[in-house]
Amino acid sequence: MITAGSAAPEFALGRADGSKFTNADLKGRTTVLVFYPFAFSPVCTDQLNLYEEVLSEFEAEGATLYGVSCDASWSQTAFKDKLGVSIEQLSDFEPKGETCRAFGVYHPGGFPQRALVIIGPDAVVKWSYVADSPGDLPGANLIFDGLQSV
Amino acid sequence: MSRDLGSAPVPPVSDQDHVRGPADAALVIEYGDFECPYCAVLSARLAERRLRRAFRHFPVRSSHPRAWPAACAAEAAGAQGAFWEMHDSLFADQGRLEDPHLWERARTLGLDLERFDDDRRSEAVVARVRGDFDSGVRAGVVTTPTLFAGGRRVTGLIDAAALDGLAGG
Repeated sequence: MITAGSAAPEFALGRADGSKFTNADLKGRTTVLVFYPFAFSPVCTDQLNLYEEVLSEFEAEGATLYGVSCDASWSQTAFKDKLGVSIEQLSDFEPKGETCRAFGVYHPGGFPQRALVIIGPDAVVKWSYVADSPGDLPGANLIFDGLQSV
Repeated sequence: MSRDLGSAPVPPVSDQDHVRGPADAALVIEYGDFECPYCAVLSARLAERRLRRAFRHFPVRSSHPRAWPAACAAEAAGAQGAFWEMHDSLFADQGRLEDPHLWERARTLGLDLERFDDDRRSEAVVARVRGDFDSGVRAGVVTTPTLFAGGRRVTGLIDAAALDGLAGG
């Protein structure tokens, strides 16, 4: 997967309003991309619920979190609404997995690896992490470690 | 000033913790949430074994909207010496966690209701629950229930054999 020190690749992810989130949106602030395998799957549910609970602390660190999956925006929005979380969701639906591939986190099974990428205001990757297995849920502490290390 | 949520070992049990069970029994530290059905089942299973148990709060609002008020209610009961009584009451009946239900529980336990209601909304109680939660986040807790026992972290419902292992046989 993409590692610290690499420039973030060019990419385009779908936002719920139909617009695109691209490399240009990374500039000027710290971004955390939370790649997760599937909307509505049990581990992804726990993961977003947990991160939502400490969202204000991510904001205090100056970081904005986004969930990224290959689900369509409609599915991501339904997932977000069902959980009652506010973390914005970005869709890598079509061309499927293109952004995941660009970040080196596309699983051969057709979904994102469970991975975390912290990108600085200069659009350079500061920290990245991929779980040993898609079923492993990285604790929020790992993201705070990553934010504090950069 | 933001909270430090970077990685740290699970804090050892202190006199700030809610602890019950024989002092010489194996220690388990449980991170739980009163609206979590798995926590209720695990709590019942733990109660059947000879263990020294410490309970810490790990409420997650988006999955369990009444988890925070329930945790604060348990702390407010604790201020009147009835933490475990409220803990058991909440886990015994998770379908009734709204405010009138919490008042009814406090009344049943013989608590001073006015003090209970002031305490459960107090900054000190909120800080206490958040302190437990933060210690769990720092120790890598991601969901409930999570147990720390014998230097290991165990997540989810664990079967009888594994629980017997924690209890030392």
